[in-house]
Amino acid sequence: MSKSKLFDQTASGLIEHDHNNDGINRRGFLKCMAWAGAGAVCMLQGGVMKSFALGSQMLDGTHSNSTGELSFVQISDSHMGFNKPANPDVIGTLQAAVAKINALPKPPEFLLHTGDITHLSKPDEFDTVDQILKATNKEIFFVPGEHDVLNDNGASFRERYGKRSKGQGWYSFDSKGVHFIGLVNVLDLKAGGLGFLGSEQLEWLENDVRHLKSSVPIVVFAHIPLWTIYPQWGWGTDDSAQALSYFKKFGSVTVLNGHIHQTMQKVEGNITFHTACSTAFPQPAPGRADGPGPMKVPAEQLKAILGITDVNYVQGRHALALMDSTLA
Amino acid sequence: MKKNTLAMLTIAAAFAAAMFTIPIHAHGQADVNHSTEIRIDNFKFTPETITVPVNSQITWINKDDVPHVIAANNGAFKSKALDTDDTYSFSFAKPGSYEYFCAVHPKMVGKVVVK
Repeated sequence: MSKSKLFDQTASGLIEHDHNNDGINRRGFLKCMAWAGAGAVCMLQGGVMKSFALGSQMLDGTHSNSTGELSFVQISDSHMGFNKPANPDVIGTLQAAVAKINALPKPPEFLLHTGDITHLSKPDEFDTVDQILKATNKEIFFVPGEHDVLNDNGASFRERYGKRSKGQGWYSFDSKGVHFIGLVNVLDLKAGGLGFLGSEQLEWLENDVRHLKSSVPIVVFAHIPLWTIYPQWGWGTDDSAQALSYFKKFGSVTVLNGHIHQTMQKVEGNITFHTACSTAFPQPAPGRADGPGPMKVPAEQLKAILGITDVNYVQGRHALALMDSTLA
Repeated sequence: MKKNTLAMLTIAAAFAAAMFTIPIHAHGQADVNHSTEIRIDNFKFTPETITVPVNSQITWINKDDVPHVIAANNGAFKSKALDTDDTYSFSFAKPGSYEYFCAVHPKMVGKVVVK
């Protein structure tokens, strides 16, 4: 394949992109997504989507393709306190996610939680999640979802998780040469709008990355997707384009989001966008239901539609390897 | 002449008094017994637009499996987080057009027109 970029402007937004000198095979990607629900693992390595059955040799950590210099796990949307038919036991499914994390062939350095930790922003709900996640023995970096800031504009959230944060809860940190940025896009939401970052946060973000070398891999994590997936259901962020413009110079940018309770992925230029499954309940695919609310599935299928994401960074490769796996 | 004027003034005063008391009394009867319901279901307000008389009370009831927060665009009212089956009521004392949204799911919008 030539080194020129090919843009396929389909409705799904997937494009063919000569990233890292590998091609992205769109057909392979779609096939992979269909397998993910059956317990397969999709791995994006250097821009190429590969799938492996869970438990296969390729994932045992000894194969060079899956050995990264930095591994971390993204979990999302634990909705502690939810107790309706779509999942009457969100404690049990979060514990299953923890068991999965503890069984990973390559232990993660830390966890990212991309929000909706709780369902109703209640202190005991936060306490329960903290208690359950303690069993991973890892540091956890949180960003809030809209369910975490219901009553006080995020004050108690920041009190609990925002010791290092600026403004209304954004922050950044570095790990093994990768620069991580936690953004908050669930506060000061405008009537009729989508997620919202705001000018103070955008200004902070621009300054935060201004002096970084373009070779530094960037990982941005925020609750609501930073690309427009389905605006009718609020699945997007009004001012994300400006945020993304600050990353133009970087060779590798990975955006990790939650909120939609299903995995979705898009690559655009140097940016890989990814949304994670929930550990609590699934939501319908865009437009496939009247609204984006909790979706009931037969009880025996629930764990196959909830999941975690294992992320590996190998120094020298541009794109991070993202592995979605389900709880069963 | 003086007697007639006095009589007319008395009648006019009585008439004016009647005019002032009867409508207020009627309004009082109307809002004590009546609260109009707006239902929240599937991330929508039903009815999305409603017109009510001044001093009406509106009660929102959440029938979704997720919480919602009712917030007026102009800040005139804001509920706490409403879980499933929770309600929030507000009485509209002034006429006007009150656009509101769900502060948690801002794509959800509605309007109360008070006449």
